[in-house]
Amino acid sequence: MTVRAVLKLNNNEVMEENKKNKLEKVPGRISRRTLLGGALAAAIIPVSSSFAKYIQAGVPLGPVNDPTKTIGPGPSILGKRSLFEHPVRKPSDISSRTPLQDLYSTITPSDLHFERHHAGVAAIDPNKYELLIHGMVDRPMKFTLADLKKFPSFTRICFLECAGNFRTGKEEMTPQDILGLTSQSEWTGVLLSTLLREVGVSDKASWFLAEGSDASLMTRSIPRKGWDEAIIAYGQNGEALRPEQGYPARLLLPGWEGNTNVKWIRRIEISDQPFMTREETSKYTYPVNGKIRMFSFELDARSIITFPSFPQKVERGWIEIRGIAWSGRGKIIKVDVSTDAGRTWDTAKLQEPVLDKAHTYFRYLWQWNGDATEILSRAIDETGYTQPSLQQLVAARGKDLGGYHLNPVTSWQIKNDGSVLFKPEDWR
Amino acid sequence: MKKNIPGKPIRFIMVIICALMAITLMALQGNSVVSHRQRKMQDTNQWPVTFGFGRTATVAEISLWDITIRPDGKGLPPGEGDVAKGKAIYALKCVACHGENGRETPGVKLAGPALVSDTSFKSKPKTIGNYWPYATTLFDYMRRTMPYNLPGSLTNNEVYSLTAFLLSANQVIKPDAVLNAQTLPRVVMPAKKLFVVDDRKGGPEVK
Repeated sequence: MTVRAVLKLNNNEVMEENKKNKLEKVPGRISRRTLLGGALAAAIIPVSSSFAKYIQAGVPLGPVNDPTKTIGPGPSILGKRSLFEHPVRKPSDISSRTPLQDLYSTITPSDLHFERHHAGVAAIDPNKYELLIHGMVDRPMKFTLADLKKFPSFTRICFLECAGNFRTGKEEMTPQDILGLTSQSEWTGVLLSTLLREVGVSDKASWFLAEGSDASLMTRSIPRKGWDEAIIAYGQNGEALRPEQGYPARLLLPGWEGNTNVKWIRRIEISDQPFMTREETSKYTYPVNGKIRMFSFELDARSIITFPSFPQKVERGWIEIRGIAWSGRGKIIKVDVSTDAGRTWDTAKLQEPVLDKAHTYFRYLWQWNGDATEILSRAIDETGYTQPSLQQLVAARGKDLGGYHLNPVTSWQIKNDGSVLFKPEDWR
Repeated sequence: MKKNIPGKPIRFIMVIICALMAITLMALQGNSVVSHRQRKMQDTNQWPVTFGFGRTATVAEISLWDITIRPDGKGLPPGEGDVAKGKAIYALKCVACHGENGRETPGVKLAGPALVSDTSFKSKPKTIGNYWPYATTLFDYMRRTMPYNLPGSLTNNEVYSLTAFLLSANQVIKPDAVLNAQTLPRVVMPAKKLFVVDDRKGGPEVK
């Protein structure tokens, strides 16, 4: 059997492993170009089929795969991940989750950014795209994408998070399962204030309606307190927005619940009152002590340890506990970590630069003695808010507290054998 | 190098060094000038009154997209509908996802959420009768995005009728009610009194 066949087997093996992981997408076939090096080698070293069986069994390849003896593929028009790396989103019918446990720092690769849309991903021709701003303005205007790009531009790093970003209920849950509806990008666009200056907004205006051009014509009312930082974004991590993120342009409201960051935005109507759309009345509202709380925009501070986490296993000795913390109200000023199930807390190291309304990476060096314990993190933001426990949230809101804006401290159980399990908490 | 300038290597190197120093000095000066300018340019006072990008939107363009209905009824179109007509349209266009009577049936998983229960906040599931604060939202939402497989395909009269049927099924309006631009905004929803605006504001308090 030739090396070419061996590499194909290798690829099959990858696919097989992906199937085991219940992944929906499998990596595409290895291109001719990628194989070129291997094909050349094949001319020189024929490999027996029994050797291929070893390879299938996961035995190291030895001389055949020695990169110092094989010419690699040449330059290409589009980079790809290593064939050994398979970070993937976890999709459901209406959303997909970022693999937080697979990320080393705070920028989410654009193809791993979480999704939540209300009628699928809209396909919009950038040459036909227009943004309408009207209502309580001196001059209603339409801007093409090219127009938007001509204005003074603005770039910032901030997180996005779905308002319903918390899952619990079983021990076998990864950070992606629990909290994967948050991601972070560097966004570029035009400040909304720059556009509002062009149309001339009435002093009496206090809200605007943001409307998307997807099949749900997603709409949210945005009060004036969110206008100053609002961006009409057309860039994400240095390139055009991903379709799932609102290509060619979206509203971005740093720190505000995800759905207010209306994607595929086509219309802004300036008003003096909210429009009470479905997504701000019957959805994205939650029971609080017998009442229903609406217009919860800012996402309160929270954190999660992404390493160690289920289904990883740890060994006795030094462990660098790692995770992310963020707040929709400003900067994270401190992250506390507990390695004794919350009895005592110590301060984690924050990775600089700590940015406003941004995922902040934290690290805490811990020497594990092998005894079963629980590890936890809690974020503190610059307003003095400390991430609460689930009990504190239940005490403040009542037992029927719904699924939105739930940001409790979460805990990982470390078992004697080094296995790591989520600690689900029930409050009902 | 020797081939190019024979006999003068040291002089050549000196010239190069001088040139490099001069370039470095110029670059440093240039940098400070640029950063000073950038600071000035960031001042919004330096911006023109208008950049002149974009164009005035026409009335026709605005009315084509401006479909939002406010709670006070602004935006509601002419036309009307009633419960009986709504029931028939529901059976034709909504039942596939929301079930025969819009109610949650134990053991049955529907593609869409349940739409009908009653007006008690303690009831589950949360539906129009016990959770929606404004009747106008029904019209707005159905017209813009329902039915799920054919969004935006309902006529205004169909939307008025469906709104009437769903409000009636949730015991909010009487079975003989007729809804139009005048009557719909006057419907008071049972859940409206429960809605409070978020009062979280950061700081130490957990809310």
